[in-house]
Amino acid sequence: MTTENDISRREVLMKIGLFFNGLVGFALAIPIVRYIMSPVAKARKDREQSWLSLGDVGQFPAGETRLATYRNPVVNAWDGETADVPCWVRRIDTQTFQVFAINCAHLGCPVHWFPQSNLFLCPCHGGAYYQDGSRASGPPERGLFEIHYKIDNGNLLIKAGEMPTPGRAAIPAGGKSTCA
Amino acid sequence: MRLIEKVGSWFDDRLKVAETIRETAEHPVPRNTASWFYVFGSAAITVFMLQIFTGILLAAIYVPSAGEAWNSLQILNHEITLGWFIRALHGWGSDFMVAIVLIHMIQVFLFGAYKFPRELTWILGVFLLLATLVMAFSGQVLRFDQDAYWGLGIGASILSRIPIIGPWGVHLMLGGPIIAGTTLTRFFALHVFIVPGVLIAFIAVHLLLVIKLGINDWPMPGRIVRRATYMQEYHELTHKEGIPFVPAAVWKDIVFSGFILLAVAACAIFLGPFGPNGQPDPTIIETSPSPDFFFLWLYAMLSYLPPESETPILLIGPAVGILVLLALPFFAGEGEKSWKRRPIAVMTVLLVAVSLGTLTHAAIHPAWSPVMDAWSSMPIPPQFLKELTPLERQGALVFQAKQCRACHALDHTGGKRGPELDEVAIRLTHDQLIRQVIQGGGNMPAYGKNLTPAETTALVSFLDTLYPPDKIPARDASQREISLNPK
Repeated sequence: MTTENDISRREVLMKIGLFFNGLVGFALAIPIVRYIMSPVAKARKDREQSWLSLGDVGQFPAGETRLATYRNPVVNAWDGETADVPCWVRRIDTQTFQVFAINCAHLGCPVHWFPQSNLFLCPCHGGAYYQDGSRASGPPERGLFEIHYKIDNGNLLIKAGEMPTPGRAAIPAGGKSTCA
Repeated sequence: MRLIEKVGSWFDDRLKVAETIRETAEHPVPRNTASWFYVFGSAAITVFMLQIFTGILLAAIYVPSAGEAWNSLQILNHEITLGWFIRALHGWGSDFMVAIVLIHMIQVFLFGAYKFPRELTWILGVFLLLATLVMAFSGQVLRFDQDAYWGLGIGASILSRIPIIGPWGVHLMLGGPIIAGTTLTRFFALHVFIVPGVLIAFIAVHLLLVIKLGINDWPMPGRIVRRATYMQEYHELTHKEGIPFVPAAVWKDIVFSGFILLAVAACAIFLGPFGPNGQPDPTIIETSPSPDFFFLWLYAMLSYLPPESETPILLIGPAVGILVLLALPFFAGEGEKSWKRRPIAVMTVLLVAVSLGTLTHAAIHPAWSPVMDAWSSMPIPPQFLKELTPLERQGALVFQAKQCRACHALDHTGGKRGPELDEVAIRLTHDQLIRQVIQGGGNMPAYGKNLTPAETTALVSFLDTLYPPDKIPARDASQREISLNPK
């Protein structure tokens, strides 16, 4: 009788111990998961897009498309040159611009602008786009990713800070109304 | 000698493992499994140990920082004594490991080793293959150069296409909104801690199963695997006519592993380390990124799939492939083991091998990538310029200046994305050429807005001359009627 009681008491104590460990494990899992998911949580707060200057509008002649570079707004000390992001700036007339992300809408490779044939070509799988960024041919299913811009005191500002990807672009992030 | 024995027995009195080790080493295996076909698994483990060893040596120098990684690779290549050799061993070891794991998988598949009772061994093997491929990709990322940078962009673009969770997945993969410092550090953790840990654990269980269940017997045509009788049959094979694994079978493993290590070292010495190529600076856009050897087939497939079917095939294809591999021992767990009685298995291996081989071959000289500098670096071959009128020569100039050569070759020079135009005039009439140039189509951009009427006239009159002297250029049937009966 007493031995049976002893065993069942030990079993109960062991189960309490296991339950206690499970509780602590669960409590610890919450901060760990939050730590791992922090890039996603940050992105959802939409803090990563901000207005950045590409410099004086005068450096972009009307009727031409030029490469511009900006420093990504979210930077870590050890990012090095990877935080310098290029984009294509097309100036249509004095007040109208188009700013395109460098990334091909197919798989993100850097597109090149050819002023002679007025085409953007991608070196990876041969995606081609017209000068207004619309799809011309090749594997991309859509045109180039366009970046919102505004002109402020003669400065060209763009709203950027996130690498565009085909899936991301499908989500309406802010709409086009931010253009000044 | 007596001293060594004394020390040995002192330790074993405490550890009590000598008996277990001897029993494991000398466990009986079927006589005909002491074969040169059974050496790939042990060779894969040997190369894996080489990877761990060289990987630790590299980690002693490498800096997993987006700003410094590329420089630290240069120091490994050029300043540290024999740093280039350790990098080369690790790089070539990676290629050998993927190759040996694939060969091992084909061998156990053709020998029916996944059948009862070794289903779990096969399933763990599938995960080991996937983990090896993750190591190969993340290793390419740690070689933080232009290919690594844009390769990450390609990975993120594929990941983003998963419905709903795709865009979150991109942030999780990159560790932030762009490819930068936090991307490299998480791939470092993946490559150095997480996946190697998984590999070590899975290899341990994989090996434990090989010892507990015994090595797969040599498949004999007609010797059918049945759940009810197999264990008894295998016991007879091993205990009546079996041989001890050590030393009767193991010597072939040892010789082959040594040969593989020698081959890795020879490749490392004579062919050197992989890269790094250009700096991972996204503002340097003069680059043609391409993946490492074992992902070239994917690079080819991403080009040849029609755009609208690409996303579903890309997302569903790998999942189906992995599920089929995992489910294989459950729907083919019994029956014939011998490849001589399994024609569909042999055909499947051949089909997959030929498909992957063809795609890889196509990707080594990619026909789909435009030759970005052809317009300025590849002049029109002179035979196409002989006896041309001034208008036609002007057209040749337009042809060159408008980057047509990026996609179209003349005399095999230039891009191969579009058709070679040496004989285009026998395929398309004058009017069809004008329409094709202006409207594009068939995967060609429309040049209507980018050419003046004069340029179009000149260009098409040049294209009209592109036919061999012994052939007749294409003509519109109605035009022919008019030219024969002018009134």
